[in-house]
Amino acid sequence: MKKVFALVMAAVMVLGMFAGCAATDAPKTTEAPKDDAPATEAAAPAGTIKVGAIGPLTGDYAIYGSAVANGIQIAIDEINAKGGLQFELLNEDDQGDPTMAVNAYNVEMEKGMQVLLGTTTSGACAAVADVANEERVFVLTPSASNPVVNEGKDNVYQVCFTDPNQGASSAQTIKSLGVGEKIAVIWNNAQDYSTSIYQSFMAKAQEIGLEVVADTTFSDDGNADFSVQLQAAANAGADLVFLPIYYTPIVAIMQQADAAGYDFKFFGVDGMDGLLAVEGFNTALAEGSYMLTPFDANKSDELTSSFVSTYTEKYGVTPNQFAADAYDAMYIFYAACQDLGFTSETSAQDICEAMIPWMQTYTYTGLTGEGMVWTADGCVSKVATAYVIKDGAYASVG
Amino acid sequence: MTMFLSNLISGISLGSVYAIIALGYTMVYGIAKMLNFAHGDVIMVGAYICFCCLYNLGLPPVVGVLASMAVCTLLGILIERLAYKPLRQATSLAVLITAIGMSYFLQNLAQMIWGANPKSFQTVIPAGNLTLMGGELKISYVSMVTIAASVVVMVALSLFVGRSKMGRAMRCVSEDKGAAQLMGVNVDLTISVTFAIGSALAAIAGVLMCSAYPTLKPTTGAMPGIKAFTAAVFGGIGSIPGAMLGGILLGVIEILGRAYVSSELGDAFVFAVLILVLLIKPTGLLGKKIHEKV
Repeated sequence: MKKVFALVMAAVMVLGMFAGCAATDAPKTTEAPKDDAPATEAAAPAGTIKVGAIGPLTGDYAIYGSAVANGIQIAIDEINAKGGLQFELLNEDDQGDPTMAVNAYNVEMEKGMQVLLGTTTSGACAAVADVANEERVFVLTPSASNPVVNEGKDNVYQVCFTDPNQGASSAQTIKSLGVGEKIAVIWNNAQDYSTSIYQSFMAKAQEIGLEVVADTTFSDDGNADFSVQLQAAANAGADLVFLPIYYTPIVAIMQQADAAGYDFKFFGVDGMDGLLAVEGFNTALAEGSYMLTPFDANKSDELTSSFVSTYTEKYGVTPNQFAADAYDAMYIFYAACQDLGFTSETSAQDICEAMIPWMQTYTYTGLTGEGMVWTADGCVSKVATAYVIKDGAYASVG
Repeated sequence: MTMFLSNLISGISLGSVYAIIALGYTMVYGIAKMLNFAHGDVIMVGAYICFCCLYNLGLPPVVGVLASMAVCTLLGILIERLAYKPLRQATSLAVLITAIGMSYFLQNLAQMIWGANPKSFQTVIPAGNLTLMGGELKISYVSMVTIAASVVVMVALSLFVGRSKMGRAMRCVSEDKGAAQLMGVNVDLTISVTFAIGSALAAIAGVLMCSAYPTLKPTTGAMPGIKAFTAAVFGGIGSIPGAMLGGILLGVIEILGRAYVSSELGDAFVFAVLILVLLIKPTGLLGKKIHEKV
């Protein structure tokens, strides 16, 4: 028995060595000019720039990671079709887990990643950003919105809003629109995204005199029971429920509130985007709900409608703001490549040092905002627009 | 007072879902002596099948429930034949790891088929409430059906195991697999039937759970699966009434803990109670201590 075990272990180790060789060999063979295909090599003199993405492609948060990867892929397809600079996406799954994310980062570095457009979730992004900061690799995250992601790291920039920004503007919007007098908050205390918006919301609410009558939490983004939280809100006489959470639990909350016969108004942040596209969801339940989001898939301008139709055709679902942020991130990097003359030969470190000053001078207009600019600490400034859900679609407020 | 009653009913309703799942766990453990960690994911598959029947094919709810039971029964038998039967003679640890592997396999398979985007399950039970005490206490029909279904399932299962010929075979296999085989009991068939029943129960649990808590995604079964396993251990694993009692108590403790202690500590509370029970009564509430005769 022991012998068999030893043999198996030996076989595994030998295989492991081969696997290692194969992995390191692969990029070399693709980079080497081939005699039989000189024409294609000449057509793309700059070679292929390798762009990395890391995010949850399986598990509880799989929708967000896949949306980011799909958004980048669509941007790359469009850019590659123009000719000139060519890009390739390296995409790895981290299941939203920091340890797996760092492993994924190392795998992509081995494969020759030159810039990282990720990672998708804040916790994982913070872990990767620490390593990338030491190794001087530029990180432009489409969706990791927690301030911890770029705190003290000069090489990490965000395309999305920061969480505190959203919490404060939510409180401000509720106050200025006058949509609620007594507010209940239901937030996810196991999630940095939700916690951070909640804290800034509460601080702002106190400052501007917004009355929060019920404050309850949950910790599972899956199929949770919200009867206790909803009842607490009803008992406190709340008329508006603020939901600084992702749309999956919002579906459950709206359905359970309806089943229990409560008549609240709801106010969500950008995590609520995607709600109306949930298969089987009765959109009448969301009627009259408010949300703050930088991206509206129903907007009729050319950029949005072409993105939405390509995305829907290719992936079978309506893109959410994660996909839109990711698409913008790729175009921001594309602009940098043109301005700064990056090629497939430019090292990740050179790209990083060139990107940092460039980002602070660059102004971008894309799917998720007009005239977006960045501060030296990597935060974006763009306008959060308030929408109200009307006849199953976003409508502008007022 | 009405708030307490209303929380209590939510708790019993949630607990009934745990109870039906726990019945499946406890049956398989009691008879095949293995922990089928893929049970929670069979629930998820059951809910998806029902969702497809209702939403994509537009079939009536009854057909959806029956179809999901049929598919889950087949799936249960298939899992047992392909993954667990070849390991019948292996150590229990090997089977346990295989079950965890099967759980991830089902989750990823579901994600391939149905995608990672959550779906909103359409309830198979008419929405609405029974209003009592002058409109202050509302009990939803879903809760009532869930509670009734769990009681019916438990009674039916007890009668089946206690009275029928197959039930007797199950008890024999549970007591001593080798001796049962010598006495002419078809052990393989008995274990297959156990898995079939357990998986059919999983389908019912899936449909009821998603009727009450309608978000459906590939990881939907994971957490309820773990909580139901806890309920089965809490009530005494292998005992059918124990699973029922454990499930309901777990649901009530979870909801009341969240309502009166802290909404942040709902889950922590559940597991703290489990540890306490196991310290005082290691076989669970209704578990029997079995003396090994040498």
